[in-house]
Amino acid sequence: MKSASRLEKVLTAGEFAVTAELGPPQNSNPEVIKKKAQYLLGNVDGANITDNQTAVVRMSSIAAAAIAISCGVEPVVQMVCRDRNRIAIQSDILGAVALGAKNLLCLSGDHQKFGNHPEAMNVFDVDSMQLIAMVKKMRDDKQFLSGDPIKEYEPKLFIGAVENPFADPFEFRVMRLAKKIRAGADFIQTQCVFDIDKFSRWMELVVKEGLHKQVYILAGLTPVRSVRALHYMKNEVAGMSIPDELIKRMESAQEPKEEGVKICLEMIEKVKNVEGVSGIHLMPIGWESITPVILERANLLPRPEV
Amino acid sequence: MIVADRKPLDEILDSIKDYKKIMLMACGGCVTVCFSGGSKAAGLLASQIKMARKKQGKAIEIIECTPERQCEYEFIDELKNDIESVEAVLSIACGVGVQTMSEHLPQAITIPGLNTKFMGYPVEHALWEERCAGCGDCVLGWTGGYCPIARCAKKLFNGPCGGSSDGKCEVDKDIECVWQLIHDRLKQLNKLDNLTVVRGPKDWRTSTNAGQRKIKFEEAML
Ligand code: SF4
Ligand code: SF4
Repeated sequence: MKSASRLEKVLTAGEFAVTAELGPPQNSNPEVIKKKAQYLLGNVDGANITDNQTAVVRMSSIAAAAIAISCGVEPVVQMVCRDRNRIAIQSDILGAVALGAKNLLCLSGDHQKFGNHPEAMNVFDVDSMQLIAMVKKMRDDKQFLSGDPIKEYEPKLFIGAVENPFADPFEFRVMRLAKKIRAGADFIQTQCVFDIDKFSRWMELVVKEGLHKQVYILAGLTPVRSVRALHYMKNEVAGMSIPDELIKRMESAQEPKEEGVKICLEMIEKVKNVEGVSGIHLMPIGWESITPVILERANLLPRPEV
Repeated sequence: MIVADRKPLDEILDSIKDYKKIMLMACGGCVTVCFSGGSKAAGLLASQIKMARKKQGKAIEIIECTPERQCEYEFIDELKNDIESVEAVLSIACGVGVQTMSEHLPQAITIPGLNTKFMGYPVEHALWEERCAGCGDCVLGWTGGYCPIARCAKKLFNGPCGGSSDGKCEVDKDIECVWQLIHDRLKQLNKLDNLTVVRGPKDWRTSTNAGQRKIKFEEAML
């Protein structure tokens, strides 16, 4: 075991894994995290704690992760390259592990232009690929990036990365996934899947290259509450693919929330049947309370004993 | 070349509001080519300033001059005497020109009239685009000639990020995703293998992180 995290155990046991997002608040109220943690407690194999998502300032992902741990929920700590240099990242990794984190998700991070401080300077001292390699080096070679030894208590982390099958250039996305695996990724979370056909085509290429045997792939899924959310993602979020049928379906829905849940449940069934998919990652942006409902209705509860 | 853009007129007027006689110092180098700082630009700016100051009832005298390059002593030295006669110099050269003036002809204060933007070239008539950020360790060799440092909003070495869509950058649909360009060019050159290597973190000491950079050309030092 690399980290002995629950997520790692579930995946290595060959069980279909479930993680879900937990977004920290834009204030310093720990109760928000505690409340959201209750939705996830016992229902997921990892609570993915976002790191100033879309470049909007929120409570630190590591602090929120520590609170989640105190509630009995195992976090997947997100770490973006936008806000910290290699010194701060390595320092925060040591701190996160000291606080009990066992999973780390490495991302480049949304550009600050999308957030509430577009005037900020970004860092990107290392990129997501280099971050993955750095964490692996700390864990497996017991060395900092500089080569200095970590004499004891090296950070034992299950290393996650993201890939977006819907971004361009399409063929290169599989090459880039292979590159992330080579850099050291243990599991992959994908961008939200709405376009199941494109996702399946991507997964076919992934399977053809045998990459699904080298890394666990969790399909990202987002339940939406309204057609507006779909429009927003289609028009404002780069690298998203939202089929028109889906928009029509949400448009004509009598109860959009229920329709959104139904679509998500159908997606879960579909991705389950795609070869090479090891689990799902739910991203109910700001709608964490729906996570247990969806998982119950998808027969993904209770979670397996590992 | 170095590309610069004129500061807003109000900002310029404010920066010279205390002076009655200034020198408007253009530059015959890069900024002439990008229209922001040549003798023509100087003539236009001088008349705008004079008009505005006349309206305010505070006339101003302006001496215009355009050395071949403002960033070399030999071209600005001849202006020494004129400088003594003015209260300030308004420079419409790049930031290097402004500093050459300040250090070499400190008799008068030199104020910038341009915002220096980047190193780039005109991709079409009257449109300049950034190409190089002077990072000090060029990677164009393996990127197929496209710079990920000056042109990628995240300075990625292992791009493209997940926001690359239809060849455009996630930050702005008017900006091409340089990683798409890198990919396409390497594909054309049959060198996509260049992108399968995990590129390690850059040593930023070669860039602006280790204090002022200097280059000494030993062979020329006699
Ligand atoms: S890699 Fe560095 S030196 Fe080369 S073009 Fe880009 S910024 Fe300039
Ligand atoms: S879209 Fe392309 S250019 Fe823009 S940040 Fe991403 S990789 Fe860089």
